[in-house]
Amino acid sequence: MTAVAERAGVPGAPAAPGLGLRARWAVTDTLTITRRNLLVWMRVPAYLVFTVIQPVMFTLMFRYVFGGAIPVDVPGGYVNFLIPGIVAQTAAFASFGTAIALAMELKKGVIDRLRSMPMARSAVLAGRLVADTGRMTVTILIIIAVGYAVGFRFLDGFFPAVAMVLLAIVFGVAICCISAFTGLAIGDEESVQAFGLIWLFPLTFLSSAFVPIATMPGWLQAFANNQPVTYVVDTMRALALGGPVWPSLWKSLAWLAGIFIVFVPLAVRAYKRAA
Amino acid sequence: MSQVNGIGGPPPILVEGLTKSFGEVHALRGIDLSVPRGTVLGVLGPNGAGKTTAVRILTTLLQPDGGRALVEGYDVVHQAAAVRRSIGLAGQSAAIQEELTGQENLEVIGRLYHLSWPRARSRATELLGQFGLSDAADRAAKTYSGGMQRRLDLAASLVGQPKVLFLDEPTTGLDPRSRLGMWDIIRSLAADGTTLLLTTQYLDEADELADEIVVIDHGLVIAAGTAEELKGRVGGDVVEFTVPDRSRLGDAVAAIARIGEGEPLADPATGVVSIRVGSRGSEALIESVRGLDAAAVETRGLALRRPSLDDVFLALTGHAAEEEEPGGRRRGRRGGTRSATRGGRRSKDKDMDMERTAS
Repeated sequence: MTAVAERAGVPGAPAAPGLGLRARWAVTDTLTITRRNLLVWMRVPAYLVFTVIQPVMFTLMFRYVFGGAIPVDVPGGYVNFLIPGIVAQTAAFASFGTAIALAMELKKGVIDRLRSMPMARSAVLAGRLVADTGRMTVTILIIIAVGYAVGFRFLDGFFPAVAMVLLAIVFGVAICCISAFTGLAIGDEESVQAFGLIWLFPLTFLSSAFVPIATMPGWLQAFANNQPVTYVVDTMRALALGGPVWPSLWKSLAWLAGIFIVFVPLAVRAYKRAA
Repeated sequence: MSQVNGIGGPPPILVEGLTKSFGEVHALRGIDLSVPRGTVLGVLGPNGAGKTTAVRILTTLLQPDGGRALVEGYDVVHQAAAVRRSIGLAGQSAAIQEELTGQENLEVIGRLYHLSWPRARSRATELLGQFGLSDAADRAAKTYSGGMQRRLDLAASLVGQPKVLFLDEPTTGLDPRSRLGMWDIIRSLAADGTTLLLTTQYLDEADELADEIVVIDHGLVIAAGTAEELKGRVGGDVVEFTVPDRSRLGDAVAAIARIGEGEPLADPATGVVSIRVGSRGSEALIESVRGLDAAAVETRGLALRRPSLDDVFLALTGHAAEEEEPGGRRRGRRGGTRSATRGGRRSKDKDMDMERTAS
């Protein structure tokens, strides 16, 4: 009996699970992680404040402080211009939570523990994204409710309104994928937060989200007119208030597809290599 | 081979020629390990020695550059999924979700081991009881003390009933009392037949818990054996005492210079003098009393002691075990700067110089 044969024939070895079982585990493990993440979210008041109060404050501030000084050419005035922009920004900012939570789990060794366990490898990232999508959806609905209270109205009917919310969520998930990558790649929650501010603030503010791009200087218009947040916000505005959807929708979808194609593999790779 | 067949399989941990580099840093430069079933291997070494890298490779978190590692007979690279079904890992920090309760933390882990909800619940309750955390089961883990958090973390590593458990510096950062509590738990795990690999930079910890010890330094195994065997390497017993009046340190060294096998070591900072005396401990002790009495040197705490693993580490590596630990948490029992003072006649002036340097 050679040493190799001895190693191969381990008595009482656990049998490798079949494909069907593994697929089921991928789902249940993702749900377990999702549930855990949502529990954590509900237990930390700071997260609730950040995800709910902050966007509400932005809404009220832009509606009543800056709004009067920003002339826009949409039916219903600035509040109707604003709410789709705020919703898009809120969706993008939800990704702060994704990056910070993953960085913290990495630093504390939680991800090491999970990677050393016989659970589905995809579940940590998938569960994180599902939970953050849930969190984002709640926030978006709160913003729309607050928007309604301060004068916002959907002008194009129910289904376009639902489509606007869905587009916002898909956009938010795309940004969350970028953040998942940065969170895992940087691996320190404070640096991750600082880095998030550096790219998310310019990306959302240098767009059509809060002001008409025509009011910006020419060089800034060149950027603002050609970046994904503008395409997404323009599409959302068209869905909310009526108007041509397709020109900005296909550009939005192309950008979102591009983000998923690049950043999902990057995030998965960062998770596998997390050190 | 008959022995292997008798136990019924390969050793739970088998490592051959394992290498791993991070760029220019050679974390592991070819280490071999073999841990028999139901025993505790202590992997001892300073920070940066390669201990954590070895654990990360064995727990499938990191790919080795060369060599191979088998856990429960499974290759950690090619059969990683099978390895993960056999192991538990508790790392250097408490890998728990602080916002969740102790019970919830363990339930989540149980669910991820694909236990049913009722089974995950009962397993969590059972482990919390075993680790003395029942009273805190429904409190958020962030309210736990450091020791409790580490116990919860260790409990989490046991949810899947692993055959092989990896503990990476399980007591780093714990206060002395929590540390002793952790030792008790680790001892009871070993008694239950779990095969354990434990890394530590605390020599007393390896001495207390491990059946076998390997000493790692700069990515190489530099010594292996039981604690007793390793202590035997430094040449038996040590006579040790403290000289309160540092100006008499030289006289004390001279008085005992000829009783031992080597030269006395004197630490000007602490006034501690020690000398290896081999197997003739008692006679050497009596001789040193006579010599010190004749020289009229006042001493405190004159004693014969077995060599500690500190002595072993110093003898093997030429540096103290814990000198590289950052953050001022150095635990070396006699500090890092042990200057060898030559035995023999010394002038009073030189002794005074030595004292000035020390103060």
